Amino acid sequence: MAEFIIFSLLNGVGYGMLLFMLSAGLTLIFSMMGVLNFAHASFFMIGAYAGYMTSTYVGFLPGLLVGPLVVGVLGAVVERYGLRRVHKLGHVAELLFTFGLAFLILQGVQMIWGVIPVPYQVPDYLNIPAFTLFETDYPAYRLFMLLTSIAIFLLLFGVLTRTRVGLIIQAALTHPEVVGALGHNVPRIFMLTFGVGCALAGLAGVMAGPVLGTEPSMAGSLGSIVFVVVVVGGMGSLGGALIASLLIGIVQTFAVGFDYSLADLFSAFGLKSSTETLMGEVWGLTISSFAPMIPYLLMVLLLIFRPRGLMGTRES
Amino acid sequence: MLEATNLHAFYGKSHVLHGVDLRVDEGEIVSLLGRNGVGRSTTVKAIMGVVPPQGTITFNGQQIAGRTPHEIAHLGLGYVPENRDIFPTLTVRQNLILGMKSTRQTGRWSMEDMFDLFPNLRERADVPGGVLSGGEQQMLTMCRTLMGDPDLIMVDEPTEGLAPKVVEQVAHLLEEIARRKVSVLLVEQKLTIALSISARVYVMGHGKIVFEGTPEDLNTNEDVRKEWLEV
Ligand SMILES: Nc1ncnc2c1ncn2[C@@H]1O[C@H](COP(=O)(O)OP(=O)(O)OP(=O)(O)O)[C@@H](O)[C@H]1O
Ligand SMILES: [Mg+2]
Repeated sequence: MAEFIIFSLLNGVGYGMLLFMLSAGLTLIFSMMGVLNFAHASFFMIGAYAGYMTSTYVGFLPGLLVGPLVVGVLGAVVERYGLRRVHKLGHVAELLFTFGLAFLILQGVQMIWGVIPVPYQVPDYLNIPAFTLFETDYPAYRLFMLLTSIAIFLLLFGVLTRTRVGLIIQAALTHPEVVGALGHNVPRIFMLTFGVGCALAGLAGVMAGPVLGTEPSMAGSLGSIVFVVVVVGGMGSLGGALIASLLIGIVQTFAVGFDYSLADLFSAFGLKSSTETLMGEVWGLTISSFAPMIPYLLMVLLLIFRPRGLMGTRES
Repeated sequence: MLEATNLHAFYGKSHVLHGVDLRVDEGEIVSLLGRNGVGRSTTVKAIMGVVPPQGTITFNGQQIAGRTPHEIAHLGLGYVPENRDIFPTLTVRQNLILGMKSTRQTGRWSMEDMFDLFPNLRERADVPGGVLSGGEQQMLTMCRTLMGDPDLIMVDEPTEGLAPKVVEQVAHLLEEIARRKVSVLLVEQKLTIALSISARVYVMGHGKIVFEGTPEDLNTNEDVRKEWLEV
């Protein structure tokens, strides 16, 4: 049991920090545009493919630079020449634009790399156990991912709260007009923020690609969970995104590893039930099969009982 | 140094400014007066480029209509918005830092000057701006804009809702600003401080300038005051 708890916790925090790297950018971009960017997870996917390409030509580690760079520049270009123009047409147009972009990227990726997963793998030197606990290995690559994402998190918070440009970004997200009138180039700040948000997604892609599988469906499957994180955290709140990322990461990891059914639970308390009783199929389901539902359940409940999210300030 | 001629502005289809003409000379305090909703804020916003202007606006000899607010700010025009729009989550010091246009700026004002003028701000330098009193927030927005070292500062209704003593402090600061050779365009609704510190005053009504003169002229012109200012 201690083994299960420790490993689930480690994996959950690791997964949560990965979610945070995506939701941090999405949340920053949301504060800026006022709409959720449906293409955000597509940038994550491009990062994974960029990491794969770099790893086949130069190696895995350079991908950690190339991926975010490629995706960051791409994001900045999308903001400058796409979103900035569409923004004038209102929120619905922006939303449709990001929708269209997500499909475009999906089709592009399928055209170039096909629909089956590409062989993007953990490099050999990280494909070793980092440490062994209760006779179970904890993979070095997971530890590497965890440490990198914690470092990125510290860097992001440091830049946003300690540097001048970070303060300008914070102020511009809430008071763009005032910041502009003080002599700061707000459109350029927004382009930078969008680029950095995308670069973070790209980096997450480079790191997650070898673990989650690099394939066209990766954007959709992770994208919807990241949305949940941002909504649960309170749209636009970085602190909320962090808490929600860790919460969902940990809860889901625990649920996946929880191989007991409701029937087991009841019999533990001396209650008899079998597959012959009423709704036997339901009682026989294991908790782990509910795991994928949990984030969405959390979001639905939160929207009903606390619509502004855990840390959000907006009512709508 | 600032001259707007035949200035028009629109919000969507609604025509708010109908040809405003005004001028502010070097080192001068000029007030723009008028009742609620006549378009005073819109005039200042149009000059700053926050609302798209039509007409000609020259500042320091350059045409500024059509430029973006940050470009206009870099030419030396400062703007203090109404409603004391401070950055509430940032500290007083951080608010002031964001007023500077670059890190290596040396101008007429240093952060120490601001703290000397308003010791309250020094005491609360590391407190989030959002917890300051209304008067302190007003001082902070003005100081924030001054940190950018403007040659002319436009201040929108700085005394609204403030206690008489704080209103006096605002008047004091505006005079100090003018003493350092910074021109002031003051937007006010009431005559209180405007008449005592201004060199010239404009009165606005329905998107146009309806009176222009010295404070004495306005004082003696009861008709204008009755028709365009008093309720
Ligand atoms: N963003 C906006 N959209 C549409 N109409 C606006 C907007 N802002 C102001 N108006 C309208 O334009 C007119 C002038 O507004 P403005 O803010 O310039 O007035 P003001 O003279 O500053 O008065 P006060 O500050 O006391 O409201 C008003 O009729 C107002 O309703
Ligand atoms: Mg006004």
